[in-house]
Amino acid sequence: MPDNALGIAAFSALMALVATLLALPPGVVLGWLFAHKSFPGRSVLETAAMLPLVMPPVATGLILLRLLGRRSPIGQALDAAGLEVIFTWKAVVIAMAVMSVPIVLLTAKAGFQQVNPRFEQMAATLGAGPVRIFLTVSLPLAGRSVLAAAFLGFARALGEFGATIMIAGGIPGETETLSVAIYRLTEVGREDDAMGLMLLSLLLAFGASFASNHVLRRQQT
Amino acid sequence: MIDLAFDIRFQQGQFTLEVADRSRVNVLGLFGPSGAGKTTLLEAIAGIRKPSRGEIVLGDTTLFSADKGIHVAPRDRRIGYVPQDALLFPHMSVRGNLLFGATSSALDLQTVAEMLEIAPLLSRRVQGLSGGERQRIALGRALMTHPALLLMDEPLAAVDRERRERILPYLLRIRGELQVPLVYVTHDAEELSQIADRVLVMGDGRVLRAGAPSEVIDRR
Repeated sequence: MPDNALGIAAFSALMALVATLLALPPGVVLGWLFAHKSFPGRSVLETAAMLPLVMPPVATGLILLRLLGRRSPIGQALDAAGLEVIFTWKAVVIAMAVMSVPIVLLTAKAGFQQVNPRFEQMAATLGAGPVRIFLTVSLPLAGRSVLAAAFLGFARALGEFGATIMIAGGIPGETETLSVAIYRLTEVGREDDAMGLMLLSLLLAFGASFASNHVLRRQQT
Repeated sequence: MIDLAFDIRFQQGQFTLEVADRSRVNVLGLFGPSGAGKTTLLEAIAGIRKPSRGEIVLGDTTLFSADKGIHVAPRDRRIGYVPQDALLFPHMSVRGNLLFGATSSALDLQTVAEMLEIAPLLSRRVQGLSGGERQRIALGRALMTHPALLLMDEPLAAVDRERRERILPYLLRIRGELQVPLVYVTHDAEELSQIADRVLVMGDGRVLRAGAPSEVIDRR
């Protein structure tokens, strides 16, 4: 195992945690909208939100590179604000978050679909608007699914490789995550070191996936 | 008392509701077998279901008009709704349920809790409560919104006869003390004759007869 294995694992876990926190609001709100609401353009929006799940991650990375690169309007605005994103830890977080949103969305949506819509109708007759209904009725009733969605989103973020390598580069000690380090070490023939990182990666992923299944199972009982 | 007028058509699959009535409501009873359209009519008045055509007017306010493109959102109707299964929020305490829709102009929590005899339950979770307790809490929750009209869907269907006789006086108190007009759905002719002053006998999505309980229920 490489000397800085725990450092790489901790960096990956921290990046995945921040990415999950970023992916949760859009994933959960979209999951709620797609579970219960009908509106024009819903199918197109739902398909677009799922794209990071079905597209090659490197292609998503290329889109992000174009969107955030110095020649794009967003990149120029970030540059003007003195924010460097590409090839920094922020790019790692963005890549992970974008790849996590669909899995968060799908899990949260399944949870919201299990919530009896009559509770929301009842809340409306009691004078609550859509935001209050979401925050005080739908979200708590789908709480376990949202927690499971967070764990799965974290696991997905942890496994992120393609988009990360495109926009964060995998600079050792700066933007190198477990997945990227496993690839780099294997490439240079240090397979034993790579195996060590693989074990750490396996442990983290197993833990997150187990936690997700556990909260969902408790919801069903 | 409040004027309630509706003339609506609602279609869902094979079922068509086509009903009209205009009356000054103190307690309006909806009477008829399952599938008659009583709950659908309540839900249309509450704003949960949108009719395909027609009009619903409560007092001076048009709640729904297909021709004028009006559909007042349920939250803006000031209509309390007590469904048959109470639909208490399972993640909240009894107090949380009662306060959910409370307005500053409404009755205070203690008054409602004492009137409905649910004060000892306030800090309880809703799981494990009896059918009668759940109905009284759902009723209290609706009253806390200071409704202009209260819709009650078979509030006594889920409770046994003994409890039924205990809950009915609470409903009479709402009518008497609070002066909240009611639209009251039931299968039970006896219950209706005790509480309603006008009854719509419904069947197959239509109003078959309308009038005082003694007139329309005797002819049943």
